[in-house]
Amino acid sequence: MPRRSDSEHTRYLIVGNSAGGIGTVEAIREADAAGVITIVSDEPYPAYSRPEISEYLAGLTTVDRMLFRPPDFYERNGVEAILGIAASHLDLEKRRLVLEDKRVLTWDRLLLATGGRPTVPPIPGGDREGIFTFTTLADADRIRAALRPGSRAVVVGAGLIGLSLTHALVRLGVPVVMVELLDRPLATVLDLEAARAVERALREAGVELVFGQTLADVLGRPEDDKRVGSVRLQDGRQLPCDILAIAIGVTPRTELAAQAGLRVNRGIVVDRRMQTSHPHVYACGDAAEAFDFVHGVERVTPIWPNAYIGGRVAGFNMAGRDTEHSGSTAMNALSYFGLAIVSAGLQEPGDGPGYEVLTSSNGDAAYRKVVLREGRVVGLTFVGDIEKSGIVFGLMRDGTHVSTFKEALVTPDFGLTSLPAEVRRELPELIVPGAT
Amino acid sequence: MGCGLCEVYCLVEHSRSRDVVKAYRREQPAVLSRLRVERRDHLFLPVQCRHCPEPLCVYSCLTGALQRDQATGEVRLDAGRCIGCWTCILACPYGAIQRDLQRGVIAKCDLCPGRSVPACTAACPNEAILYVEEEAP
Repeated sequence: MPRRSDSEHTRYLIVGNSAGGIGTVEAIREADAAGVITIVSDEPYPAYSRPEISEYLAGLTTVDRMLFRPPDFYERNGVEAILGIAASHLDLEKRRLVLEDKRVLTWDRLLLATGGRPTVPPIPGGDREGIFTFTTLADADRIRAALRPGSRAVVVGAGLIGLSLTHALVRLGVPVVMVELLDRPLATVLDLEAARAVERALREAGVELVFGQTLADVLGRPEDDKRVGSVRLQDGRQLPCDILAIAIGVTPRTELAAQAGLRVNRGIVVDRRMQTSHPHVYACGDAAEAFDFVHGVERVTPIWPNAYIGGRVAGFNMAGRDTEHSGSTAMNALSYFGLAIVSAGLQEPGDGPGYEVLTSSNGDAAYRKVVLREGRVVGLTFVGDIEKSGIVFGLMRDGTHVSTFKEALVTPDFGLTSLPAEVRRELPELIVPGAT
Repeated sequence: MGCGLCEVYCLVEHSRSRDVVKAYRREQPAVLSRLRVERRDHLFLPVQCRHCPEPLCVYSCLTGALQRDQATGEVRLDAGRCIGCWTCILACPYGAIQRDLQRGVIAKCDLCPGRSVPACTAACPNEAILYVEEEAP
């Protein structure tokens, strides 16, 4: 890209080119057709579907087919995309962002959608070759390049990232051992019942599972000590592997925000308008905290839909259309290993006062669970028969009182007609012929 | 009335053969109706994608397979980009998106491309399904 001058001015500057950044661009363009938008990203590609790196690693798709928006997206929306160049210094006073190639951008409104970084704790032997994380296309390329006939993998962490990597490796015929500190997979995302369904599916796919353990150290190969040959667990067990993946979580990338003096907790602190502690700087996505309507606090919920929606709220506010975020919460759908599972909000409320749990199941074919708190839905888990789960999630999002029809929520024939007429009428745009 | 003609016409419209018997009995992968009629006591409700102005399915789509056409307001599915993750199903407050398990993608109302009025609307004998074009804001 040619350098036009030492300092370029842009109306809207967006750091980060994934779900949050794109949500922001699309909202800005609904409110302001003309203001110049510039996106900066350290990744060299147009926005791509990050969750699809599992399909990509498995050889089932290509970068061209993973693009999150059509190839002409940037041109059509009047966005200058500066890709493959990291931001290095942020000056709020002068509203300047310095890039690693020394280019300087000045801005009127700034969005930080810097995402998260895989958490990799220090492990003895952790500097050996053959150790990977799995959140970017580049990670997938590195793993693909390291695979050899007969490769064996150890995946540390049985969360969403560990599961998506394991799914890809299994499809490539690579034997996988998953090592998880807790007693089940996806413990932070699913309830016990659904987690057991995932565990069964993993075992049926030939994945070996080790619970209640983590790495003690990483050992080299007899013929090449610099390369990973095995890992030793804390109970002394040794697992041979050539590919070691660390998938224990993601840490918000807040360095730029912190360096500039913005308020940072675990993530960048924002208000309901996604505005940071500086009036012209906004943040969203995995780097930021957002109001969680289930927990009633600001927290980091690093999932794709929340990044996009947070970006949308930020974009409207950046363009002068005053918009408040009504709040979000954890919500996930899983289709790995032939499963169909959705979950949202609280999964295991314990015995706290005011909670009520409704469940129903039809053997292994279907399982439904709804968690209520003082008559409102605050959690759901559906396995197998998931197609009406969105109606329940909608009631949860809207904070609807469900006490009078709560039993219906977990019945097999639950649907819009299970809702009382006054609740149904509250649904936007629903025309109800013959409603009484 | 709950006659279900909308489901029949929708399914045939989305078949290759456009023949009701072949569409229901023979075509593989099986053809799905994009709408369902919910029936409970004396209440009958045809449920299909509402093409919401603030489409939570689009905002939740992990791949970009679902997008809103800003010119027409249609919520469009590019099935070739769908990976069958089902996140949109959890996001849709109407339960209007279904799984096409044989193809491994979602199925939803596409407003019947090529028709001036969707097949369900044209077929409804009671004018209970309305197709209304809104003015752009």
